[in-house]
Amino acid sequence: MKALMKGNEAIAEAALQAGCRLFFGYPITPSTEIPEYMARKMKTVGGSYLQAESEVAAINMAYGAAAAGERVMTATSSPGFSLMQEGISYIFAAELPVVIVDVMRHGPGLGGLGATQADYFQLTKGGGHGDYHPLVLAPSTVTEMVELTYEAFDLADYYRNPVILALEGISGQMMEPVEFPLYEAKKLPPKTWAATGIGHKPKVNIGSYTLSNEVGEAHNLHWEKKIEQIRASEQRFDEYLMEDAEYAFVAFGISGRIAESAVDLLRAEGIRLGLFRPISLWPFPVAGLDKRRNQIKGWLSVELSAGQMVEDVRLAVKGSAPVQFFGRQGGMTPEPEEVARVFKSLFADGGKRG
Amino acid sequence: MKAVFTKTKGLTDTPFHYCPGCTHGVIHRLTAEVLVEMDLLERAIGVAPVGCTGFCENYFACDMVGAAHGRAIAVATGVKRARPGSFVFSLQGDGDGAAIGLAETISAAVRGEKITSIFVNNAIYGMTGGQMSPTTLVGQKTSTSPYGRDRDATGQPLDLPLLVSQVEGAAYVASVSVESPKEIIATKKALRKAFAIQEAGLGYSFVSILSTCPTTWGMTPVEALAWLKTAMKPRFRMGELKAPTAKEVEQ
Repeated sequence: MKALMKGNEAIAEAALQAGCRLFFGYPITPSTEIPEYMARKMKTVGGSYLQAESEVAAINMAYGAAAAGERVMTATSSPGFSLMQEGISYIFAAELPVVIVDVMRHGPGLGGLGATQADYFQLTKGGGHGDYHPLVLAPSTVTEMVELTYEAFDLADYYRNPVILALEGISGQMMEPVEFPLYEAKKLPPKTWAATGIGHKPKVNIGSYTLSNEVGEAHNLHWEKKIEQIRASEQRFDEYLMEDAEYAFVAFGISGRIAESAVDLLRAEGIRLGLFRPISLWPFPVAGLDKRRNQIKGWLSVELSAGQMVEDVRLAVKGSAPVQFFGRQGGMTPEPEEVARVFKSLFADGGKRG
Repeated sequence: MKAVFTKTKGLTDTPFHYCPGCTHGVIHRLTAEVLVEMDLLERAIGVAPVGCTGFCENYFACDMVGAAHGRAIAVATGVKRARPGSFVFSLQGDGDGAAIGLAETISAAVRGEKITSIFVNNAIYGMTGGQMSPTTLVGQKTSTSPYGRDRDATGQPLDLPLLVSQVEGAAYVASVSVESPKEIIATKKALRKAFAIQEAGLGYSFVSILSTCPTTWGMTPVEALAWLKTAMKPRFRMGELKAPTAKEVEQ
């Protein structure tokens, strides 16, 4: 199937292609095209769409549907994502596969609808209580939104973990030509853990409380092991002109696209510059950055925030080269020329020294 | 020897943790008996709350899902939508269902969600050690209303079943209690009806059960039963508050 589609609609369609038959959501701009699409289409594929009374209810409905063993998705935007944090913590603890879309709007507070990546901390550091991590995937094109939505459902089922697709409002609203490759279901273990009734299997309890510290620690150690496994296996990134690069941008999502144009501008001036684009925000692709540690003389983290991912970049490159930050906030996006100018001002002769 | 009484197979062998004189155990047993008698146990998925009922996952012999505080009905909604063929019931106390989860309770009723909510009202937060809840009586002393619930500052007890009964999507609403064998029999009857309503797909069913908490009320079990009868019952509208007509059931 080939179409010209908004990012939000492409994610919704991809979810349906991936076998998602349950959607619970609450309208909030700029994510609303997702529930609207689901409201139109879910009926036609025999699924269930429900407009919840709040984001708090929506995430807990998703918890229930996942507990019953079905593929389920919810979508929201930053303030609603904040409201979902408690639920995501419970979903992690109960080890339930739920796919959540956060089409970011800028904050803090009610903020506005412009492009932003300021949910990075909340997305990647475990936005709710307790030690946990959802997998966080950040597409930068509508095509990639489709691919990562397919993958999100498989990853959620495989790890029994919440998976979040994070994109900027501008990406969710942007129309691009997109193709839907045939979704091929991965071979995944049957959901014997799910609450489906005791007719054909022993009773299950799904939950997350512990009455003793000993059991509590045992649970935490089990989760820690899973987190380590995901950290080792699921780092994703893309590179642009990194092979001979002496300097590099680090940027994800829409910033990745802007930074890519800035790379072209600076390359035309003879500066050997590349782009490292994290696709998994958690696990952060430290291995990919580490591989370039002895090669890159300066990094510039380009973000739509006051500087959040830059902290992870600094941790990953371990002081091997200066890591600078450039960001726009409050819904503003920089032009590639502005990014190029900032690069040159921060790295004085910008790599020409060679 | 002829067995004159056996424990229902709707309950596991895990001993209840409830305090002496607490009537939660009675309510669990009634619920489990009705699940078995109506042949629902194999298809049943229960949703446990946070609060004194929070450990009931281990007591019911069916599949159970534990919810966050106030979210049992949202979770039950998700379960039912995912498995429309299952029988789904939620259990909540008055703090869970009438305070933090009030929006979920009313919204499920609005949607006519085909689940059954069992609301255990003991007029106090028991698990956290006896704090004021939305159903605490005026003048009732709790650890957060040490001078008695003050009507001017904190209002009067919320009659949640009465409120739910005003919502069109609520098909069956009953307000019952368990302080005597007669009331226990009536409670079982209400549960049976509520479960039948869900099975018939008629809409949301809600059973409120007045229950004792001798520990946090500071009473003996006998005093607690008497207080339930003389102080609590007059404050809440009791009986079947809403039930489908015979014609509606037929349709």
